[in-house]
This record gives sequence, C-alpha cells and structure tokens, in this order.
Amino acid sequence: MSAAPAYSDDKGGSAGPGEPEYGHDPASGGIFSSDYKRHDDLKEMLDTNKDSLKLEAMKRIVAMIARGKNASDLFPAVVKNVACKNIEVKKLVYVYLVRYAEEQQDLALLSISTFQRGLKDPNQLIRASALRVLSSIRVPIIVPIMMLAIKEAASDMSPYVRKTAAHAIPKLYSLDSDQKDQLIEVIEKLLADKTTLVAGSVVMAFEEVCPERIDLIHKNYRKLCNLLIDVEEWGQVVIISMLTRYARTQFLSPTQNESLLEENPEKAFYGSEEDEAKGPGSEEATATALPARKPYVMDPDHRLLLRNTKPLLQSRSAAVVMAVAQLYFHLAPKAEVGVIAKALVRLLRSHSRGAQVPLTPPLHSEVQYVVLQNVATMSIKRRGMFEPYLKSFYIRSTDPTQIKILKLEVLTNLANETNIPTVLREFQTYIRSMDKDFVAATIQAIGRCATNIGRVRDTCLNGLVQLLSNRDELVVAESVVVIKKLLQMQPAQHGEIIKHLAKLTDNIQVPMARASILWLIGEYCEHVPRIAPDVLRKMAKSFTAEEDIVKLQVINLAAKLYLTNSKQTKLLTQYVLSLAKYDQNYDIRDRARFTRQLIVPSEQGGALSRHAKKLFLAPKPAPVLESSFKDRDHFQLGSLSHLLNAKATGYQELPDWPEEAPDPSVRNVEVPEWTKCSNREKRKEKEKPFYSDSEGESGPTESADSDPGSESESDSKSSSESGSGESSSESDNEDQEEDEEKGRSSESEQSEEEGKKKMKKRKKVSEGQGEGSSSDEGSDSSSSSSESEMTSETEEEQVEPASWRKRTPPSSKSAPAAKEISLLDLEDFTPPSVQPVSPPMVVSTSLATDLEGLTLTDSSLVPSLLSPVLGVGRQELLHRVAGEGLAVDYTFSRQPFSGDPHMVSVHIHFSNSSDTPIKGLHVGTPKLPAGISIQEFPEIESLAPGESATAIMGINFCDSTQAANFQLCTQTRQFYVSIQPPVGELMAPVFMSENEFKKEQGKLTGMNEITEKLTLPDTCRSDHVVVQKVTATANLGRVPCGTSDEYRFAGRTLTSGSLVLLTLDAQPTGAAQLTVNSEKMVIGTMLVKDVVQALTQ
Amino acid sequence: MIHSLFLINSSGDIFLEKHWKSVVSRSVCDYFFEAQERATEAENVPPVIPTPHHYLLSVYRHKIFFVAVVQTEVPPLFVIEFLHRVVDTFQDYFGVCSEPVIKDNVVVVYEVLEEMLDNGFPLATESNILKELIKPPTILRTVVNTITGSTNVGDQLPTGQLSVVPWRRTGVKYTNNEAYFDVIEEIDAIIDKSGSTITAEIQGVIDACVKLTGMPDLTLSFMNPRLLDDVSFHPCVRFKRWESERILSFIPPDGNFRLLSYHVSAQNLVAIPVYVKHSISFRDSSSLGRFEITVGPKQTMGKTIEGVTVTSQMPKGVLNMSLTPSQGTHTFDPVTKVGD
Repeated sequence: MSAAPAYSDDKGGSAGPGEPEYGHDPASGGIFSSDYKRHDDLKEMLDTNKDSLKLEAMKRIVAMIARGKNASDLFPAVVKNVACKNIEVKKLVYVYLVRYAEEQQDLALLSISTFQRGLKDPNQLIRASALRVLSSIRVPIIVPIMMLAIKEAASDMSPYVRKTAAHAIPKLYSLDSDQKDQLIEVIEKLLADKTTLVAGSVVMAFEEVCPERIDLIHKNYRKLCNLLIDVEEWGQVVIISMLTRYARTQFLSPTQNESLLEENPEKAFYGSEEDEAKGPGSEEATATALPARKPYVMDPDHRLLLRNTKPLLQSRSAAVVMAVAQLYFHLAPKAEVGVIAKALVRLLRSHSRGAQVPLTPPLHSEVQYVVLQNVATMSIKRRGMFEPYLKSFYIRSTDPTQIKILKLEVLTNLANETNIPTVLREFQTYIRSMDKDFVAATIQAIGRCATNIGRVRDTCLNGLVQLLSNRDELVVAESVVVIKKLLQMQPAQHGEIIKHLAKLTDNIQVPMARASILWLIGEYCEHVPRIAPDVLRKMAKSFTAEEDIVKLQVINLAAKLYLTNSKQTKLLTQYVLSLAKYDQNYDIRDRARFTRQLIVPSEQGGALSRHAKKLFLAPKPAPVLESSFKDRDHFQLGSLSHLLNAKATGYQELPDWPEEAPDPSVRNVEVPEWTKCSNREKRKEKEKPFYSDSEGESGPTESADSDPGSESESDSKSSSESGSGESSSESDNEDQEEDEEKGRSSESEQSEEEGKKKMKKRKKVSEGQGEGSSSDEGSDSSSSSSESEMTSETEEEQVEPASWRKRTPPSSKSAPAAKEISLLDLEDFTPPSVQPVSPPMVVSTSLATDLEGLTLTDSSLVPSLLSPVLGVGRQELLHRVAGEGLAVDYTFSRQPFSGDPHMVSVHIHFSNSSDTPIKGLHVGTPKLPAGISIQEFPEIESLAPGESATAIMGINFCDSTQAANFQLCTQTRQFYVSIQPPVGELMAPVFMSENEFKKEQGKLTGMNEITEKLTLPDTCRSDHVVVQKVTATANLGRVPCGTSDEYRFAGRTLTSGSLVLLTLDAQPTGAAQLTVNSEKMVIGTMLVKDVVQALTQ
Repeated sequence: MIHSLFLINSSGDIFLEKHWKSVVSRSVCDYFFEAQERATEAENVPPVIPTPHHYLLSVYRHKIFFVAVVQTEVPPLFVIEFLHRVVDTFQDYFGVCSEPVIKDNVVVVYEVLEEMLDNGFPLATESNILKELIKPPTILRTVVNTITGSTNVGDQLPTGQLSVVPWRRTGVKYTNNEAYFDVIEEIDAIIDKSGSTITAEIQGVIDACVKLTGMPDLTLSFMNPRLLDDVSFHPCVRFKRWESERILSFIPPDGNFRLLSYHVSAQNLVAIPVYVKHSISFRDSSSLGRFEITVGPKQTMGKTIEGVTVTSQMPKGVLNMSLTPSQGTHTFDPVTKVGD
C-alpha cells in the first residue's frame, strides 16, 4: 500500500530517481485489480520512446523479480525493448528475458534475431553479452542457433568472448544433452587456448560435460599446470580439482613402495628430497642414487603439478588453499604433504573480513567449519602433519558449538603419548563449559583418548569417575556411557567403580546412562554379587516408568542374574518378564518372550536353555571408539560429498592409483628429436619435452587479437616451426617464462627489448631454417616464437604499460657496466674489496648486496688457506657443435665469490672453434627457481676464432642442488644452459679446533646426524688419499684430529651458513663409518652419498 | 555450480532472490528454516544443508543469511568463498551491507550479481572491474544521470578484464597521489585460570588504500620478514619475489584492498600487551557473586595502550549485573548476556 503514492508520482512522468522507490515492490500487497492496473502502467512506460521512462519501468520490474514476484505478464512489452539503444535498459531486459524466457518460449523467439545481430557487433562486450543471454534463455528450439553461436565464439578474437563461449557450453548441454559430441569438439578447441582468462571456464565446462574424457587433457596438461598461477581464483579451484583426478589416473602412487622405504628411511627421505630439489629430470639422478632396487621415480609431470600448485597455498582465497591442500593430500609423497598444514591452520583463523570494521571482526565460522572437517579427516591418516599446530585447535569460548565439536575431534585425533597430558588438561577446562553439547562431546573425546592411549587409561577413568559426582546430570550421564565402554576393556579391577555406578541408579534419569549402568552390572554381576540383585529389585519396582532402552536392559540384567544367581533373583526375574510381556512396545514384548524361553527350562525345549549361559555371558569384545571421520577419506577431500559423507549428485570418484603408469608420452606435445651430445646435455634435453608446450596447436591465441604488427610475428613463428627438432628448446624458454612467477616484470623487460629482438629475429629465423639438425639450434627460433606470444601479451596491455617500460630497468642492460670491475678483481685473485661491488641484479637489492659485501673479507680469507683442492674437473656447459663453434665449460673454482659470499663462484671457459669471431657474449635474462640468484659475468666483447676466455660468475644456489638455468647470449644467438652444482660445492670450509668440532657435533645429533657404513677399498686407505678424496668431493676444511684413523672435516653451507660436519672413522681393516652432522638434512644425506661414492670407487 | 541465491533476514523473510539457471522455488528455503530453528543461535546453523534435490550453502554476515543453492557436487569452500566475496562487494559498493541498503539498491544489486556469475560460475568478482561495468551509486552520479540521461552501466569491456593485471582498472588519474597502509594485528590468546598464557597467536593484515595515477609498481620491504610465519597475498603480489627476497612487489588495485594477511603462530612467543586477571567468588547463602577482571599493560615497549574494551559473555543463568569500572564506561545487555 505504501507504494501507492510512489506509483502515482511515477505516472506523472517524472523519472524521479529516488532509489528507495525502486526498492518497494509496486506489486507488494496490492489487490489483484490494482496489481493488474499497475502492470498496465508499466506497459505504457515501456511503450514510450523515452529511454528514461523505459529505464524506470525496467527498474521496477527487476525489483519485482528480485523479490520473487511474478512479472511474466509483461513479457511482450519487455521483449520489444530488447533492441533498445540505452545499454542499461538493454541489460535489464536481458535480466528479465533470462528469467522468463523458459515460460514464454514463443515470445522469446522474437528476441533471437537481436542477439544474432549482437554476436556480430564490433564491441567485444556486446558480443559476449549477446552470447551470454542467448545461451541463457532455455528454449530448446534455438539449440542449433546456440550451437552455431558457440562454435563461432570459440574462435573469436577476444578471449573474453571465448570465455563466454566456454560458459555457454554447459548451458547448452543441460538444455540438450544430444549435442555432447559437438560440444566436446568445442571444448577440445578451447582447452588448447592459452589465455588464463579462458582456462578456468573451459575446464569448468569440461567437468560438467565430459569429465570422463580424460584423454582431452593430456596435450594440455603441462600448459594448464604452467598457467595455473595466473588463472583467476575460481578457475584455479576447478582446474586443481580436475588435475587431481587426472593425476590419479596417470601417475603412479608416490607411496606405493612405502614399506620398502620404511626399511631404510634415510635413503627414502633422500630420494624424495632429491626429487624435490631437482624437479624434473631427476629421473637419472634418483636412479643412480638407489641402484639396488627398482626405485619409485616420480613422473616429472607429476612433480610439475606439485611444484606449480605449491605457491597457491599462499592464496587469499580459502577455496584455492583447500584445493591445493587436497591435491597434496591425495597426490604428494608422504614427506611433502606436511606443507599444507600451515596453510590450513591459517584458514582456521583468517578470512576476508569487512575492511570497514577491522577491529571487531566477525569470525567466519563457515570456512572454519569446512576446513576443520577436512583437517579431521586428514589428521586421522597423517597425524604428524598437524601435531605441531596442536595449540591452534584449542577451543575458544566464543567458537560456535559445531566448531568446538570439530576442534575436539581434531584434538582427539592428534592426541598421542607425548602430548596427552596437555590435551587432557585442556579437556578438563572444557568440561566446565556452559555449552552442554560440547561438554558431552568432550567426555566422549576423553573416552577415545583413553582407549587409544593405554598409558592414560587409568587417569582418564579416574577423571571420569570424578565427573560422576558432577552437579550436572548430562555430564554424569555422558560419563557413565563412556565409563561403561572403558570398563569393558578391563573389567576385573574395577569392581569399585561398578558399585559406585550402581548407587547412581537412584539419581540419574538420563535413559542412556541408566541403560549403561544396568548393562555393566549385568555383565559383571560376579564382581558385585551383593549389589546386583538389589539393583534389579529397584528397577523392577520402577519398570513401568522406564524408557524402552532401559527396560530392555532391565530384562537383560534379570536374565543374566537368573543364570548366575537364580536363588535370589528367580522371582524378580519372573516378575520383570511378566511386566515386559504386557508392555506397549513390541520390541520389549518380543525380548521378554525370547528371554523367558531361553532361560526358564520348560518341558519340551531345553536344547537352547542349556546353552543360555553361554549365550548371555559370552565374553564380549570391547567396543572400539573411533572417529566418525575414519572412512571419509575415500571421498575427495574438500568436496561437498566429503563434507556430507554422502555422494552428492555429479560427484566424480577419485580413482585409485594405477598399477602401471600409463604412457607418459601422451602429454608430449611434439616429439623432440635427440642428438648425440654429452651426457650432461642429454639430461638437459630430457627435461625439455617435459615442458614442451603446444606452440603448434595454439588455436586462437592472443596474437589473433593483437594489432597487425603481430601478424609478421606469427608468420615467423610458423616458419620457425617448420624446422625440425626445435620444439624441445622452444619449450624450455616457455617454461622459464611461465615459471617466472607472475612474470610481469620480466614481461616488461622483454617488451622493452622487443624492438631490438624483432630485428634479430628476422635474421635468426632464416638461419634456423637452414640447419635443422642440431638439437640446441632451435633455441633461437624458440625465442622468436615465444616472443611472439610475449608480444601479443604486451600488446594487450598496451594501453597501460608505457609507464612500465620506463620504470623497470632491464637487468641485462644495467649489469655490464658494473660487472666490468668485478671481473677484474676476480681475474687477479686479489682479496675482494668492497667498493667495486656494484648493484648486480635489480636495483632494489643493491643495498643488501652492498651490505653483504662488507662482511666479505673475514669469511673469504680463511677458506682459501684451508681448501687444499682448487676446483674440480671441468664440466661441459655447451658443446662445440651445439654452440655453433662456441664451446663452453665450467668449473667450480672454490674461490669465494667477490660480490656475495653466499654465491658459489663458477669459472666459465669459452673457446671459439668457429671461423668467425663471436661477439657480445653475455648472460641473458635468467629465469631461476625460487631463491636462486645469479651474478652474471661482464659481457665479453668479442672472441676471435681459436681464442678462449674465462669469466667468473656467481650463483647463489640457496643450499639446494637445483639447477640454475640461464641463457648464454651472443650477438646472434641464445643458448639455454644450466649449471647444476654437486652438493659438495654448496659449502665453504671453516676452521675449527677439535674441541669446537665436538661441541658443534654434540648439538647436531638425532635427525641431523646421518651415518653410513662403508668399506674402504685398498687403494684409499692412506691418509692422504682419503683426505684428498673427501675434499675433492666436498669443499670442506680438515679439522685436526688426535687419533690417526679418524678424519674430521668441517664447512658451512654458503647461503644459510649452517654447519656441515663430516667424520670418517676408518678401521685398519677397511671398514669405516661415515657420519655427517648438518642442520640441512637434505644436504647431509646427499653429501653422505657423494662421499661414499667417492671413497669406495 | 551455483544455482540460485536467496537473501534471508534475521526474521526469516526472503527479501531477494536471484537465479542463474532455471528458477528454483523459494520453498527450498524451508529446509533452511528448519535447520535454523534447530540451531539455537544464528552461527550454529550448519553451513551446508542437504535437501532431497539441492544443497543449501549459507553464510551469515551482517545479520543476513546468504543462502546459495547448488545442485551438483562443488567444493563447498568455493561457494562459501564466493558468498563472502558477494558480501564484500556489496560493502564496497554501498558502504554497508544491510537489508535496507540492499532493498534500496535492488537494481544495482541485481546487476552486480548478474555480472558476478554466469551460469553459476564466477565471471567478474574483482571490485575494480565490477565498478567499471556497473558504477556504484553516488548522489552526484544520480543527479548527473537524471540530467544527461547517461547510465550506470558501462558499455565497454573493462580493460582490466583482459590485461595481465585484471585487478586494476586503467586510466586512473589522481591529482594527489597517495597510498595508505594499515597494519592491523589481532592477538588470539587463551589465558588460563592462573593468568598464564596457554596459547597466543597473531593474525595480522595489511590493508591498503592506494590512490596512485597510472600503473604504479610498488615494493614494500620489511625490517624483519622472518616474523611473518605464514602469509597469504592479494593476487597482485609477485610470489616469486617474496620467496626469494622477502620483498612485496606488486601493482596495486585502485582503492581499498587487502594486500596481505599473515599469521604468527603459537610456536613463536607472542607477547601480549596486556595482562588479564580474574577472580570469581560466590557469596554463600545468596544468589549473588562477585566477578573481578583486572586488565593492565604489560611489555608495551613505551607505547601507550588505547581503547581497551573488555567484553564478557555471561552464562545464561545470570539475571543481571551491576558493573563498577575503575575506569571508563560500561554496559550490560541482559538479552545476549554480554557485558562491555
């Protein structure tokens, strides 16, 4: 009624924009006639040619829809306006159409032609919204039109329109599932799309339409993994959950030979860490490490997935974090699952809270609720994972009850021998809570702790017995039930408690508790022979007033007593049975009849009654108190089905790991061509196909969308692809790009250099086409093709990035001038001074580097005195053939690197065996794994034929053996190379006395100590040989030692400065024991392996 | 994915419904009301309620239930996270998110919801993008629109949508370039009877309000980044850079956003700036008791502690309280039994 005046105002034609009026539903509470009239008025407004009136009318109609009022009779009037010029009117008409088209199919067809026109509009937003609405009106007649529109939009230039097309696929599918085959084709096409915008939506469509067509994913697997971090949050969730399923079908279980691993945990640990450290391509390394048995080798693609999802644990979106957590839980090897615990614990507390009122944050218990459910399931299987976070699960008085109970569940799962005292102390406080449900749950939890942990059973039992005198009946009742279960496990010694319980029957009214007490007395009546008949007497008296469950137990008790003590209880039993015979509940009547036949000997029967005692007083197994979350993990974690513990519609089972790994090559996009090169290169090659991405099958990429300038790029791209064997290195480049976090800064760099490169590229491509045989040679064309992608991306940003380009100084350009100086220093091997160290990398780090330079002198002087071996054998970085005449070797010089004490200094030897001078040798933009940084060597201006040169570069490997990948650029070419350090090179010797050594060693025991027995061959039993071999393997300093057959070495890792202590205890017989103490367990294990290998060879 | 959304106020009225697929009758909410009745308090309503054909997922914020209806398997957090995002967006648009405000702006709300989901799958959820598509209502704009006949709806695809920085709109211009950062930390602590801390953890956020022209690329470095035990970032933060250098490097969205939230866990020793002691005593033979709380500063490193508020939830059995503060003001609400 209140809307009436507003209405009359409107009628006056004023499009009064007072928003509140729209809020009032014009139809609310109106009687039918006025309702009808009002709609008449709206129709009138819609028929005018004034946009403002139309808008006004549409707003009111939408307000009606929002309130759930029927506005369908306006359909014809509204549909007329579908072609309205005013965009807001149009949008509102769309809203209306989508809501009512289903009901008025014939009229809805009138609007179709407008959308078809809209699909051709030059404005991508209009194209997209036309498709959106067209696909949203659920009218079966237009299915063919929709199909056509989707197909067209799937190859649209604008990724936004393609995204809309992906969204339209499930809509059409739900309308007409016969279109499946055609839709799958479109999905396949869109899956090949490389924009992050499309990825999430198309995977969503895939999940809804054809989740079983896992084969469609093969070719796109690596791309999806690499794109993942840049996809918007919602897409990430969907992709991760799909990839979890995919991985379960395609890879082997990382825990399959767990039993094997447990035998030899040290090595197992090593194996998995190694895997992680090296990432892809570790196949060979691992294989050599564990030669004795057929080891589990993680598929590099499997590793890729794990590695690329890990950063997402830091996402702000709880859904993404949960998705990654479940992926790790289902897919990661045991040793790595732990990383998710921290993130999950964070979710328990944090959630986007209203920014406006930050100081009084409402806790979002919904997120907590879901997360805790999952944590509860995980904590059963992997208790150790959450143990360190035990305190985070402590209950707060402000938690809602459902959260409290879930936390209790988790706490109970986490309780073990060591932490049980604290947990129990917590539980004690909880029992005083006001929240009765919670108290009951706590008592249950105590009971579970008591059954699981034998040591505290008596403590718990005593505690529970104390609770029996609690004022609150509910507490007492719950305690009784739990005590009953506990007593069943060890009844003999608890006669006292049973007596105590028997006394309670007078007071406790809760049926479950009464029943429990009666059962206990009956079961253990021989422990309380005097009390039991008395209890039965009392119960017989009140029998009629009891609850059913109690009555049943009374019958039970009577029967048992009759069998053991018939003299005293015969009459009582008969009385009870007679009462039960006429009970209202048939269950009780049946039970009474049954019991009577069984225990009271009659004339004809008797066969059974002879065994009655056996039947009633058989020893019963103690109940197992276990978590209700025990079996939930067969559902995929984080899913709705898991939460409800029931299969939801459309739930996709998480498949079991396959026995045999399916062919991994299906994920290869193009088969790379190998050439014979050095071992090292072969390895490098091997990792390449792993990244290789579908450059070839790109489908519509952004380049299509970008300006004409990029056309030449794509030309060059296609031509470069015509060459053979290029795909491998091409992918390498791409991998690096995508690895590069968000890659934004690098992109801007690239765009900066783009002009320059474009010029080069033309040249390169022609070269590349000429010689298609060598494997590395493709690298240049790779740069061009990947660059074309780059370009197109930059072109999309083109509106904004003008400012970027100026801002981010390209490191490769700023570097050379600075490095000239440091090179000089190193060549002369003078003790490095502070001044020449100039900002090596990015501007922002310069201060830090400078400061680090200050500490340099003391740490650098000592080790050079100590390390007897300088440098290890040369290793090949770039083969002469692959490098087109440029051969590059490298050695670890073991000199402290001048710029940064954390860096390993690497001597790089160039030699030019071609007949033309090589110009402008420098390091190109390195794309490095996390933590690893490089200080490039200064540009080598020119290298004449036959000449060689040496340069020094520093690499901070961050105490890992991950390879540092970078480009070696000449003026004309770029080569992708990688340096992987042996573990021994990641440390520097330190000088210490025997006492200090022993003291430090004392601190690094337990987990940090790794011991290995070995037998020294005859050849290396002399002091000299041993010392030499050890120091050759690892850059350690010898520690003087009193006894002759013990050798001690000490060093510190370069990046973190953790001590590495190595002891070799050699017996004259040749038996020896090698011990490494280090905080860095990974380094320790690897070092042991390397040293043992060196010594026994 | 998400089928429909119902907004329900605390008295149980459905005051807004939106369907992204075919219409789901609002009677589906009856299951929700049932569950609501069973749960004594609003926050005890289970977030996920299964019904024969649908699943209802709800969040409760600003005294409004946001109930999403889904029909098939979907990660529950996905929906919950989305609903929270909806609330945040409303808050961002209208300043507050409350029933009257939503009713007043129902058309804008509807348009925003339409853009946020397509066929139940999130389409545009970044506030910066949404604001370009549908401009938030301001008095000025309303006046201008009335005069010029222009609309609240953008007719161009927001440029951010296609760029690699989808969270930032382009062409931002300010005469005063300014950026503000709020560091807000909360300490959750459990203090036992004797006053000693059982567990304490810090939950901190850095909220930013950035009003800078163009495409600024910012870095933020910390004195001691190791303190931050566990962090989660706005998508704009370059993750690799943080991993390697512990520096936050980012291109910020325009306006207010949460840059980072972090967690300092219970394992690190968290110093609580105040101490709390209490004593409870009941007088025999009367139903009265005395409850004393003492709060005082501790380890403040010379900083003053401001705005101390003590809130205490009293058990249901408490009829009334007479409060005597040694400092400041006090209130007691006999309904919720919350004393301030």
